[in-house]
Amino acid sequence: MMEAALTEKKDQKEAGSVKDPGKLRVVNHPVSKVDAPALVTGKAVYTNDLAPSDCLIVKVLRSPHAHALIKDINTTRAEAVPGIECILTYKDCPDKRFTMAGQTYPEPSPYDRLILDQRVRFVGDAAAIVAGTSEEAVKKAVKLIKVRYEVLEPVLDFHTAKDNPILVHPEENWKSLCPVGADNKRNLCAHGVSESGNIEEVLAACDYVVDRVYHTKANQQAMMETFRTYTYLDTYGRLNVVSSTQVPFHVRRILANALDIPKHKVRVVKPRIGGGFGAKQTSVSEVYPAIVTWKTGKPAKIIYTREESLTASSPRHEMEMHVRLGADNEGNIRGIDLYTLSNTGAFGEHGPTTVGLSGHKSIPLYGKAEAFRFTYDVVYTNVMSAGAYRGYGATQGIFALESAVNELAQVLGMDPAVLREKNMVREGQVMPAYYGETAKSCALDRCLKRAKEMIGWDEKYPRRDMGNGKVRGVGVAMAMQGSGISGVDTGSVAIKVNDDGFYSLMIGATDMGTGCDTILSQMAAECLECELEDIIVSCVDTDTSPYDCGSYASSTTYVTGMAVVKTCETLRAKICERGAEYLGCSLDDVEFDGQKVTNLITGESISRQEIGNRVMCSSNAPLSANEAFSSPTSPPPFMAGIAEVEIDRETGVIELIDYAAVVDCGTVVNPNLARIQTEGGIAQGIGMALYEDVVYNAKGKNYSNSFMQYKIPSRLDVGNIRVEFESSYEPTGPFGAKSIGEIVINTPSPAISNAIQNAVGAIIRELPMTAEKVYRGMQEK
Amino acid sequence: MEIQFVLNQKQVAAEVAADTVLLDVLRGLGCKSVKCGCETTNCGLCTVWIDGRSRLSCSVLAASIAGHEVTTLEGVEREAAEFGAFLAGEGAEQCGFCSPGFIMNVLAMFRELEDPDIDEIREYLAGNLCRCTGYMGQLRAIQKYMRAKADQKTDQRRGEATA
Repeated sequence: MMEAALTEKKDQKEAGSVKDPGKLRVVNHPVSKVDAPALVTGKAVYTNDLAPSDCLIVKVLRSPHAHALIKDINTTRAEAVPGIECILTYKDCPDKRFTMAGQTYPEPSPYDRLILDQRVRFVGDAAAIVAGTSEEAVKKAVKLIKVRYEVLEPVLDFHTAKDNPILVHPEENWKSLCPVGADNKRNLCAHGVSESGNIEEVLAACDYVVDRVYHTKANQQAMMETFRTYTYLDTYGRLNVVSSTQVPFHVRRILANALDIPKHKVRVVKPRIGGGFGAKQTSVSEVYPAIVTWKTGKPAKIIYTREESLTASSPRHEMEMHVRLGADNEGNIRGIDLYTLSNTGAFGEHGPTTVGLSGHKSIPLYGKAEAFRFTYDVVYTNVMSAGAYRGYGATQGIFALESAVNELAQVLGMDPAVLREKNMVREGQVMPAYYGETAKSCALDRCLKRAKEMIGWDEKYPRRDMGNGKVRGVGVAMAMQGSGISGVDTGSVAIKVNDDGFYSLMIGATDMGTGCDTILSQMAAECLECELEDIIVSCVDTDTSPYDCGSYASSTTYVTGMAVVKTCETLRAKICERGAEYLGCSLDDVEFDGQKVTNLITGESISRQEIGNRVMCSSNAPLSANEAFSSPTSPPPFMAGIAEVEIDRETGVIELIDYAAVVDCGTVVNPNLARIQTEGGIAQGIGMALYEDVVYNAKGKNYSNSFMQYKIPSRLDVGNIRVEFESSYEPTGPFGAKSIGEIVINTPSPAISNAIQNAVGAIIRELPMTAEKVYRGMQEK
Repeated sequence: MEIQFVLNQKQVAAEVAADTVLLDVLRGLGCKSVKCGCETTNCGLCTVWIDGRSRLSCSVLAASIAGHEVTTLEGVEREAAEFGAFLAGEGAEQCGFCSPGFIMNVLAMFRELEDPDIDEIREYLAGNLCRCTGYMGQLRAIQKYMRAKADQKTDQRRGEATA
C-alpha cells in the first residue's frame, strides 16, 4: 500500500500542470473576481480616488497646428496667476529622445519623442506644461501663455508620406534601436518584407485572383477611465508614480529615459484600472506630472479630459491593405499577397510591431496556401500618434483578408463558409506565415461548425427578404491572434507561505479589469490544492512585485499563467522539504496534499498551517518560491463569428440582429470572465465595424473629440451577442489554456461586411460601414 | 456661496461657485463612487439620484441642489452589494469604473418599473455606456436578480399564507 502511495505521488509530480480538464477543482470554474465587492460598491480604488488632496493640478497647453515650430513662448502673464506653481516649456525638458511605447527593451518603436519639443507635430501635441494649486488657476494660466508659432506644411495624407520632402522627424537625435527598416529622413517608421514560396508564379497559375484594397480607420479604445497619473517624492527622495497603466515596469524605464534620471529613482504602482484595451500600453499621461514633481518636489496629478483622451492619445493604426488572393476553380486558396500601409501618426509608438500582425495573424488562417508574401510600410504623418489597441494590427489585417476571401467566394459562386471549411488551418499544420510555428491546438473547424448551427446558417444564407423593404443577410469570418510575444514576453511570479499557511501571490501582471488577479489565483489554488480564499494577491508595485512585461499581447493567461504553474511546482517541493524536516524524516517519504505534509511510512503529518507558523520562528530560510516563464512559441487562439444584419433597402440603415461567436482559447480558465471578454470584444468590434471613426479636417484638426462625435456602441446597438467555446488543449499552456483578450475583436468587421454583401450585394471596403456607404453601394451595384 | 442639501440622508454644507457641477462637489465630499467619464452627458458614469430620480451629476449645477436630497452609491451600499453580487456572478463588473453609475440607474429602474422586459431594460439603461462587457452580462445579471427577487416574494407570500 505504501508503495502504491509512493507511485501515485510520483505520477502526480510528473503530471505537473497537465490535468484532465474534467477533474479541475478551481480552474475552469466561473468564480467571481476577487476585487468584485469593492468594485460594485464604488470603493475608492482607482488612481484619482487615491490621489492626495494636496496634489498640484497639471494641465497641458496643446498645439492648434498640425505642424509648427515654436518660435517664442511668453509665460509671464500666466505665471502671475495666483496659485501657479510652475510652467514648463521645451527649454526645461531633457533633449534626449525616448518612446512612450510600453515594450520590452530594446523597444522596436523608435526613440522619437521629447517630453516637450520645439517642433509640434499634430493638433493637440504638447507645447507647455502648467501646474498649480487649483483647476481654475491652471486653466486660466494655460489660456494666458502666448506662443508664437512658425506654421509649417503638415503631412496629412498617409499615402503621400513616404519620401515626402516634408519630414515629420527631421531631427538628428531621432533613433531606432531595432532593425525595423525605419528611416526618419523618409518619414518611415518601419518597412519589411517576408515571404515563402514564389507568390508571383503561384498567382499567375491561379484560375482566379481577387485583387482588392481595404481601408481601416483609427479607432479609440475609449476605456471609461481616461488616462491619469499622480506622482510624489517619497521619504527617500524617489519619484513615486501611481498610474492607470498596463505596463508599470515599462513606465519605470520610460520615465527614467524621459527625465534622464537613473531607473532606481523611479517607483511605479498600479491601482485598479478603469479599462485599458491597449491604450494604457503607451505611457500617455505619466511624463507630465512626473516632470512637475521632479522639478518642484511637490505631489502632482493629471486627469485627462475625455477630449484629451480622444485627441492626444494612442488609437488604433489606420491601415490600407492591398490583398491579392489566388485560388483554383475548385476553391483551393493557393497564394496570398498582402501589402499594408500603416499610419503611425506623429510618433512611432507600436508602429513597427502592429503592422506585422496585419499579415502574420491573418495569412496563417489559410493552411493550404502554397505561397505568401507580406510587405509593409509604416509612415509618419501629422496626426495624433497611433498606439496599441486590442487586436494590434491583426484586427485590420483580418478585416482585409477575410473580406477578400468573402469576395473570392462570390467570384467562385461558393458559400463563404464552405470556402473556409475547404481552406482553414487545421491542428498539426505548420503555419509558414506564423513564424513557421505548428498549430499544436486548433479547434477552428469545430468553431465554424458550431457558429453555423447557432445562427442557422444553412437556412439563412445568403439572405431573406423580410417583405417590408428590409432584407436580412448572414456573414461569416474567422480570426486568430497569439498568446504573448514569443521569445520576448517574460512573466515572473513569487509565492510565499505566511503564518497559518496562507499564500501571498505576487505578480507583475496588471489586472485592468479583465480579471488576471483572479484567474492567476485560480491557477495557484489549483496547483497548490487549496481554496481560492487561501491566496491573497496584490497590485503591481515595481519596488516589490516580481518582473512582468505587463498585460498586453494576450500574454497574461498564457505567459504569467505558466509562471504561476512553475512557481507552484517549486513551492510544493519546498513545502515537502520543510515538512520532512519538521517531521524528522526523509524527503522521499513525504507527500503534500495541499493541507498537510504526511510521512507515508508512519502516517504522521504536519499541517500547512503549522508549517507556516514554524517558518516564522527560528528559521534560517524563507518558505517561498519565485519563477519566471517566457515561451519560444505563441500558440494562437482561434474563433469563428457569424453576423446577421437587417438592411433597410431605402436608406441603407444597418441593424445588427444577432451575432454568434465560438472561440477556441484552449482550456477556459474562467468561463464567466472569458465569456465577458468575448462579448465585450465583439461589442467593440461592432463599434469599429459600424460607427467608430477618427475624423480630421483638411488642416489636421480632430473632429472626433467627444462621445457625441465619436460614437461607441450603447446597449441598443449590439443586437444579441451569443458566445460559446470549443476548446482545444494547448500542450504548452497552463492547464491547456491559450489567450482570449484580443482575438475577440477581430471577427465583427469582416463578418458584418459579409452579411451586408450577402443581404444587398454592396461590398464596403472602408470602415466604418455607415448607412451612407451601404446606400451608395446598393446604387452602384 | 454656501449651499445646504441632504447627502445620503445626512445634512451637509458645501462652498460652491456659480459654475461648480454637482459631480465635483460630491467627490469633494468623499463620495468617490461618483465617476466622470465624458463631460458631455453621454456615458452615465456620474449617475446619482436627486430627490429619488436618476440624474447625471456632471450636468447639474451644484447651486441648484440646495435644499434637495442627493443619493450616491455610498448611500445605498447594501442594495448595491446585493445587486452587485449578481453582476459579479456574471463577471460583468469587469473594470468596475462604470459600475457605480450603472448600478444607481439599475436600482432606479427597479423602483420605477415593475418587471421590465428586455426592451424596457435596454431602453431605460441606454445612457449607461460600458466599454468592457458588451452589455450582455449586465442584462443576464439584471434578469437573474429580478428572478431571485420574484422568488423571494413568492416564498414570503407562501410563508405568510401558511403562518
